[in-house]
Amino acid sequence: MTNVAIVGAAQTPYRRRRDDASLAELVHEVTVAALADAGLEMGDIDNIVTVSNDFWDGRTISSMAVMDASGSSYAGGKNVSTVEGDGTFGLFYGAMRILSGVYRTTLVVAHSKGSEGDPMMITNSMFDYIYTRPLGLEFISSCALQARRYMDKYGLTEADFALVSVKNRRNALRNPYAQLAGELTVEEVLASPVLADPLKRHDLSPISDGAAAVILADSPVALRLGRKPVWLKGGAFCSEDHFLGDRDLAEAPALREASRRAFEMAGVTDPFREIDVVELYDACSYMELLWLEEMGFCPRGEGGTLIRSGETAPEGSLPVNPSGGVLSAHAVLVAGLARVIEVVLQLRGEAGPRQLGPKPVELGLAHGINGPCGQSHCVLVLGA
Amino acid sequence: MAQRVAIIGFGQTRHRSRRDDVNGVELIQEAVRAALEDADLTLDQIDAMIIGNMDHFEGVNYVDTWSVDGTGAYMKPLLKLTTGGTTGTTLGIAGYHFVASGLFDTVLVVGWEKNSESDTTGAIITCSDPIFDRFSFSGALPGLAVEASAYMKAYGITQEDAARVTVRDRRHGANNPYAHLRTPVTVEEVMNSPMLSWPVKLLDICPRTDGAAAVIFAGERKARRLAPQPAWVIATSVRHDYAYFHDIDYTRMHTIEGAAKELYQYVGIKEPLKELDVIELYQPYSFAGLKWIEALGLCPPGESPRLLWDGVTDMGGELPINPSGGVICTNCIGATGLLRIGEAALQVMGRAEGRQVPNVNLALATGFGGAFWSDMMLLGRRPW
Repeated sequence: MTNVAIVGAAQTPYRRRRDDASLAELVHEVTVAALADAGLEMGDIDNIVTVSNDFWDGRTISSMAVMDASGSSYAGGKNVSTVEGDGTFGLFYGAMRILSGVYRTTLVVAHSKGSEGDPMMITNSMFDYIYTRPLGLEFISSCALQARRYMDKYGLTEADFALVSVKNRRNALRNPYAQLAGELTVEEVLASPVLADPLKRHDLSPISDGAAAVILADSPVALRLGRKPVWLKGGAFCSEDHFLGDRDLAEAPALREASRRAFEMAGVTDPFREIDVVELYDACSYMELLWLEEMGFCPRGEGGTLIRSGETAPEGSLPVNPSGGVLSAHAVLVAGLARVIEVVLQLRGEAGPRQLGPKPVELGLAHGINGPCGQSHCVLVLGA
Repeated sequence: MAQRVAIIGFGQTRHRSRRDDVNGVELIQEAVRAALEDADLTLDQIDAMIIGNMDHFEGVNYVDTWSVDGTGAYMKPLLKLTTGGTTGTTLGIAGYHFVASGLFDTVLVVGWEKNSESDTTGAIITCSDPIFDRFSFSGALPGLAVEASAYMKAYGITQEDAARVTVRDRRHGANNPYAHLRTPVTVEEVMNSPMLSWPVKLLDICPRTDGAAAVIFAGERKARRLAPQPAWVIATSVRHDYAYFHDIDYTRMHTIEGAAKELYQYVGIKEPLKELDVIELYQPYSFAGLKWIEALGLCPPGESPRLLWDGVTDMGGELPINPSGGVICTNCIGATGLLRIGEAALQVMGRAEGRQVPNVNLALATGFGGAFWSDMMLLGRRPW
């Protein structure tokens, strides 16, 4: 699958509240910037995939609000489709629209303003209205169940999880787009207020406003543009059960399956050795370890050993979330697309202060999740 | 294109104003089972699933992950799409791209809505911009009433002309055992029905329906093996427009004109009235059955009433429109566009039973949604 390339990318800085811009203005900001990055104009784009969510936006047909901003009415109207999940899923669908041979250049744009909604209510609404919603389950409490189960099954500790927050918030110091950055200590993470045991404030990603855009092109277009394309080498997505009681939350079979397929497509047989950078969806600290295990970077239950080894730090052999990850900026839906963009910047050697090296970055993995406790996963393998 | 694509199965629920006997997940499951039975496939043979609805009708966030027990998407790639009224056609078009990309061979697409659980206007009204549009374009009716008024004024169209459209679709709906409204009505009855928003009366507009539809798309080799007569996807087209209702030019239906032109050019259709054999038109109210068929190029602007009164678009006429009874008879919103595609596919397959149009070679299905967006899918007896 080397026929689709990422030729343009842009993201807004992620902030707690962007009072200065509406949703449409955020989308316009990144659309214009991504086009400039690609050296293209709106007339060169033949179809658009917007990524939005009616609950987060508080608007039905939420994509409608960003139609003009994404170029939908340009030259008599464009083909727009709207994915309502993480941006990685939107990107994958955008790639399929090129692989089908129908389109040649796809703009994928995601937006979210966590500041304008009530995240507890919005994420409570993803649970079944008869059986689980009345329990008050929402994002944080459901993740706490998963973290606890993961600790119980494999003996990981809260200190292991804290190491992830320490690493990623430190990485964020070198990322001007990140919202939360700083030198934390394990003790500070452990001493931060408990939100839902065992998760504490510093184990959790922030509420963010932001937008991101990626432009995809088929290989003739990509090769014609001056800039070095980043190729989509492999990709897969997969969903497992919904009801938490039907799942062993210490496992993520959907991620295992999506990784297997994406690696197979990309010809990756030994991910730990072959992948140079991982940007994954660490909405909570423990997720980074659990997801790495299920992607096959270490044996199951060994996520704690992996973070303690220091190998996932920027100077380690498998840098994970050198951008600071979702723990440092979490514009919902946008966050997965931000992972893609961070990998693209690393592959291009344009990641600025957070650029990895000196060994060139040649193959990266970007990851997004959907649904409670990572019910659905999308894995993308990108190469220079 | 990696491979040609055909529809090989279609399932729908028996549509009703209220389905108290099932919850949303069960309603979805009914359509999925029906489609699998229709294609003589088992769940194991489905490679990926796509689902869509309008979130605010049922108040469920991340419907794709919530409904896994109904779709059967456990451990499968799963995507949620939503574009308002066009959701169903957006889903169908995605099913086409999924298969045409060569990444998937058999894809099941589900659209559904349980309107009885919603406040329809309360759910739709938030699509309009809260500052500039919502006070006037409040819900589904106002935009349509503005369009109808502008159209009547421009061409001297009468309310009786529009009533004839309802008469046609309600008569056709009587032939469709799945339709929600199955009793024929007269022009007088339409004229005497309560005025909702001038000139749109109760019998001019679609009902609100509980229902689901599922369509199975397959790659060429599989389609030839599994279906005696697949419905081949010849082409799809989409046109979006502005974000604000007040920006739209209501004297013409630009998005249908643009989308139709793209399809006709692709296939070489010069006289659609002669060359198309049947149309399943997403016609949310009667006036659309006039103005929009002019936009489709069936006759010059303002002359559609003649086609209606002469019975050209009735069963047995030169170009029957909505043999299923269309949206005027059944409107389970997230499924409505997919019903157009499924019904058009049945016509091509020759399996529409009591509503079959003889010798269908080319069938057109359309979708309408958001701020006057249009989707189209052209199906044919032979692959293009």
